[in-house]
Parts: sequence; structure tokens; C-alpha cells
Amino acid sequence: MTDTLLTIEGLTKAYPGVVANDDVSFTIAEGEVHALLGENGAGKSTLVKMIYGLVKPDSGRMTLRGTAFAPNEPRAARAAGVAMVFQHFSLFNALNVAENVALGMENPPAMRDLAARIREVSETYGLPLDPYRTVGELSAGERQRVEIIRCLLQDPRLLIMDEPTSVLTPQEVDILFETLRKLTGEGVAILYISHKLEEIRALCDQATILRHGRNVGTCVPSQTTAREMAEMMVGSAFQPPERAARALGDVALEITSLSAKSPSEFGTSLKDISLTVRAGEILGLGGVAGNGQDELLAALSGELRSAAGTIQLKGKPVGRLGPGARRRLGLLTAPEERLGHAAAPEMSLTENAILTAAQREGLVRNGFLNWNKARGFAEAIIERFDVRTPGPATVARALSGGNLQKFVIGREVMQRPEVLVVNQPTWGVDASAAAAIRQALLDLAANGAAVLVISQDLDELMEISDRFGALNEGRLSDIRPTRRLSVEEIGLMMGGAHGMEVAHV
Amino acid sequence: MDLSSINPILLVASIMVSATPILLAAIGEMVVEKAGVLNLGVEGMMITGAVVAFAVAVNTGSPILGFAFGAFGAAALSLTFGVLTQILLSNQVATGLGLTLVGLGLSSLIGKPYEGVKAPSLPRLDIPVLSDLPVLGRMIFSHDIMVYLSLLLVVAVWAFLKYTRGGLILRAVGESHDSAHALGYKVVRVRLLAILFGGACAGMGGAYLSLVRVPQWTEGVTAGAGWIALAIVVFASWRAGRVAVGAYLFGGITVLQLNLQAAGAAVPVALLSASPYVITILVLVFISARGMHGAPASLGRPFHASS
Repeated sequence: MTDTLLTIEGLTKAYPGVVANDDVSFTIAEGEVHALLGENGAGKSTLVKMIYGLVKPDSGRMTLRGTAFAPNEPRAARAAGVAMVFQHFSLFNALNVAENVALGMENPPAMRDLAARIREVSETYGLPLDPYRTVGELSAGERQRVEIIRCLLQDPRLLIMDEPTSVLTPQEVDILFETLRKLTGEGVAILYISHKLEEIRALCDQATILRHGRNVGTCVPSQTTAREMAEMMVGSAFQPPERAARALGDVALEITSLSAKSPSEFGTSLKDISLTVRAGEILGLGGVAGNGQDELLAALSGELRSAAGTIQLKGKPVGRLGPGARRRLGLLTAPEERLGHAAAPEMSLTENAILTAAQREGLVRNGFLNWNKARGFAEAIIERFDVRTPGPATVARALSGGNLQKFVIGREVMQRPEVLVVNQPTWGVDASAAAAIRQALLDLAANGAAVLVISQDLDELMEISDRFGALNEGRLSDIRPTRRLSVEEIGLMMGGAHGMEVAHV
Repeated sequence: MDLSSINPILLVASIMVSATPILLAAIGEMVVEKAGVLNLGVEGMMITGAVVAFAVAVNTGSPILGFAFGAFGAAALSLTFGVLTQILLSNQVATGLGLTLVGLGLSSLIGKPYEGVKAPSLPRLDIPVLSDLPVLGRMIFSHDIMVYLSLLLVVAVWAFLKYTRGGLILRAVGESHDSAHALGYKVVRVRLLAILFGGACAGMGGAYLSLVRVPQWTEGVTAGAGWIALAIVVFASWRAGRVAVGAYLFGGITVLQLNLQAAGAAVPVALLSASPYVITILVLVFISARGMHGAPASLGRPFHASS
């Protein structure tokens, strides 16, 4: 038995209205990979924030290598040997790699020495990185390397990783795991937060499972099935979506040689994209974030215009039309960013429903809003998609991420689209709600709509889509039937591990 | 029109004098914006600095003390902006505009007794050798100390932002306050310090107007210089060197149009007087059309360490 590194006893943290962590206890041994498992809102993030000194616990204590450990700021945690790789990267786009690393260190050496050390460490651990590149130009995988190297330069004893693989290709995941094993070999402990069960089974020695802020059990992942762990997480058995056999109809959406410049400075331009989606079919588009997903959605929604013939809806050119005109024709979209893009944060759910459904649902007459009908429509969405909210008068910002996601997806699905395009439909949504959203997309296709799902969750795409393609650097790979694809093939389609340049596969 | 009446030596010399107040205010505002704060109260801080400096210089007889108190007064005013926007989380645009109005009102109140009074002037430096050079001596090397200090300040700000840890942290805070907070940096403290620095710079710029450039106290002596300074920060894409270029360009146009007026150019006087402002607008339109390169990503966004 190895020595204990960190002991957590009875940690409790309450926010107004919710208890984020309730009497959580567990221990992490030196050189161990310890998984922290739980649905969204189970309290994983709050727990690690307490260990990292970003949040103060209400009660409970922590012991690090035998001495009491109560960091009141991240600096103190770092000094004690705790480092953290964040889920949403804490990087600065306009600064270069070395500057970003320097910001995460207490006493950084001069820039030139630091750059040399970054090169050295990055090569030792198999994570090649150029210290002088601007972070805004890096891929998601490379950005994560910046974070990891920033942590490694401080010789941590405990490395906290918050959902590190959610933005990586399968090959990049392999490289990351290789690095982590090398680290544990040197005695570094890793606290690994994820809800990807197969990963945890492959990597972790111990797992602690949180539900509603409580520690509901521990297990040895390699000796537990993914299903058992999932049931511990959810607290009940849950239903995977059903897939009915469906007949494919005519081509509903056709994109021909679509190229478009990204409107944002750090965005990815679309390069010569062609695809078709038939009525009744779900086409899944994978790819690591930032490879043109947002731009493709914008080009389809009408936020980004293109030549008329490049996008055809049931044979009708729509490339020049704006979002309103496309909606009228039956092309609906739901973007990734819930607050501020899919929904206006300070407006009520009823108002948000009107914003996209005014025409198709007839919520406007002679320029005047029909509030009763709009409220009824919002209530129907809330009812059918099980949106947990006091009512349609609640502002969008007040909903949790998962509930708002159900609302914005539901809002489009309920308008009976001919073609629906969604980006990251289940991002940040817990397992049962995700299953409900996927089922809704499958039902929609079964009723004859064409559905284009852009997602970074490969399992999701494998589960619901008929054909699969991947975006890489704004280009689209070949599109293949999902059924016969192996994980390796998917990885290659997504652009390989280092091959940010490899385009067509 | 008689162009020969324009003396190139005097022209360049007066460009340097006319650019200095805008340069001081603009370099200060650039640091504030680099930290992610948009302070639209530059005009108000400038004129407060102008009146405080003038009053102190008249009463003590020391223009240097005047500059010091001008900087201090404007920094104190900027602190109210800092407390309101950073601690009480008021809207930066509205508060900045309010600061300008307060500064204009406050300055005319303080300045009433000083109208028509003459202030002690800042002596010109007599630099050995350099000041005696034939043409360049009068053109560039015979100004008062603030002209050179303002240029030194540009170099110092550039070096601070590029080479020091403090500068890196300041840029990081302006780029993404959430990330900076997650790494444990004190976002509010950094921003307050930047706001104070910006206030002090604007105050010195104002002091230069009332003590050297004009030099007397009249109501509204800044005449929009603070707004020009704000525009120059955008024009400069938030780079210190380009701030200097912008300020001298604007100073140049201002002086040139005055000279053209004196030389009897066949253009309406009103148009000439408006030209520096018109050209500023044109340059800003041109720059925006190219895309807003270099704006700090968190500029103007309120920060609250809620989670």
C-alpha cells in the first residue's frame, strides 16, 4: 500500500438554495489516478475548487501529506504542490504560450529560459509545443498541452484534471494517457474528473462517485462495468435511446462547394464543403472544437451568407437568404452557445420562444404579438421536454445549462422543421436529459425530417447518426455510414493526433 | 495664400508642444484599457487636472508642484470611477460619461477665481550641446521637461507591458479576467491601479494644457482633447509606440491648420478648425473597416468573482 497524499474529511459547501457538497470524504494515495465521477451538478467542480483554493468549504478538513491543508487562494494550493488543468481553459488567447505559462507560475524565470524549459518538458512528456506561438491560433488539444505544461513546471504532487478529454481526438487521448501514466510513475497523484466511463476504466485506479453533492460510493474502475458505474451516478437504470428503422426520402439539404470566411479573428474558415442530407436521415459531423463547427452552423442558419446555389433546401437555393427567410422555408438551427446565441439571457422563456418561432407558429399577427399563443407554445415545450423551471415567465439566465439546452432544442423540434441543424445538442447536459434530447432528434428523423448533428461527443454521434463525417481545419472528411466505422478510422477522419495539417483522409 | 510665412522650425516645435497633452492622456488611457477597463471620463479628468494644476501653480509659484497636484487631483477623481465600476459594478460607459460631466462642472467651479490670472511658466530646458545645434536645437531640443517626460513615459509603458511581470499580469487581466481570477490574480486591484495611473496621466495632460500650451485658465480649456485621446488609443490598436504616432499626427494637424489659417489659405476657417476632428473620424472609420485588431478581449466587461 502506498502512502496517503490527500485526505478529505466531511467537506461541505452550501450555496444559497443548493448544497453543492454534503459531507464528502475520500483519500488519494501518492501516484494514484483517482476518478471523480458524477453527473452535471453533482458537485465535482465545487469539490475540486475547494482543493485548489478557489472556494472555501463551510466545514470539513483536508490533510495533505499529514499536515492540515486549507488553501485560501490558488497560490497557496500551488505552493503546497496542487496543480489544476481547467475544464474551460484558463488561457489568454492574445498572449503566447510562454507568457501563458509564466502567468501560472509563482516565480517564473526570464522568458528565454522559460521557453527553453517549456521545450524541454514538452518533449520529455511527449507533448510538443512551440513556446512563441499565440495561444489563439492553437487547436484545443494544443491548448490543453499549454495548461498541462504550466502545471508540470511546478513539480506538482497532485494534478487535478477537469474533463481533460472532452476536446480531444482519440489519438490525442492516447497521448494524454501516456503522459499521465508517465507522471504517476514518478509518484504524482492525479484527480481525474470525467463522465466518460470507458476512459475511467482504462486509466483510473480508484473512483469516487458523487450524486447530488454526496459521496455515494467508491469502486475500482477496472473491476466494475461501465453500466454499474453509470447506475451509481444516476441512481437508477436509464434508457438508451431507441432507434426505429426509417425510410430515407429525397435529398432535403444539399451543400455544394461551400467556402466561407470566418467572421471571428480566431475562427476557422470553411473550405470547399459538400454534403447532402436526406429526409429521414441523421448526419453526424464530428471533429475537435474550433475546426469550423460554429462557422458551418452560421452558414446554415443564415448568419453567414454564401452564394445562392451553395446551399439548397429541397432543391431551392437559399445561400443568400437570411435566417428569417430560411426558417419560413423549414430550415431551423440551434447553435452551441445557449446563453447569448440560442437564447437571450435576460428575456423570459416566452419571449425567447417568440424569437425563433414567431413565423412558423403564427405567434405574430399584423405586426402584433399574440402573447397567449406564445405562452402556450412555451408551456408546450416545457411540458414535452421536461424543462425544470417555475414557468414560461422565468428568464433564460435563471435556468441551469441542461434545462436551457432542453428548451432551446425543444423550441426548434416543436416547430416541425424540414431540416434541423444542431451544434452540440447535449453539451453540459446530464445523462438522462441527454438521452431525452437524442430521442427527440431520432423521433424527428423518423417523422421524415432531415437532421444534421454537429457534436464533439463521438459516442453520441455513433449512437444516433446514420452517416458520419468530421470537420478538420474547416474541411470536411469523406462521409461514411456509421455502422462499419472503427474508432481508429474516426480518429483519422478527425485529423489524427498531431496532424493539424492533415486535411483529406 | 503665403506658405513661406510658415516657419518649419517653429512648426515642428509647436507640434511637439501641442501633441504632449494628448499623448499623456492617451498613454494613460491605453494602460487602463489594456487592463480591460473603458474609462470614457478622460476629458473630465484632464480638465480637473488642468484646473487643479493651475490653481496650485498660481498659489505656490511652482509649476512642478502644479503638475504633481494636477496628476493627484485627476487620479482622485478617477478613483471614484474605479470604486463605482470595479467594486459597485456600475456600467463603465455611463459612469465614464458621468465622470466627464462632473469634471467639467467641478473645474469651472474651482477655476472661477483664476480666470485671467497668469500662471508661472515651466522653464525651457537648456540641454548642453543639443540645444545649441543649428536647426534641430530649436526644433526638438529646447522644450520644457514635460515634453521629454511624456516621450519617456511612452517608452516606459511599452517596456513595462512587454518585459515585466506586472505588465504581463495587467495584459492578462484585460484579456480574460475570468482566467486571471482562476489563476489567483487580483483582478479588481490590478484594474484599480491601472485606473489610478490613467487618471494621473490625464491630469498631467490637462496640467500641460493650462500651464504650458494655452497658458491660462478658461472654462472648457481641454476642448475635446480627452475625446481625441480616447480615439487615439483605438487608432493605435492599443500599442504604446503607435499612441505616440497618433498623438503627434493629431498635434501636427492641429498646428498645421492654425498655420494655414494664418497664412490665409483659401479654405473656410471653420473647416480648417474642424479638420483635426474630421481626420480623426476618418482614420477611425478606416481602422474599424480593417477590423478591430488588438482590442483587449475583456475591454469594458464588468467582472465579479461570483464563482
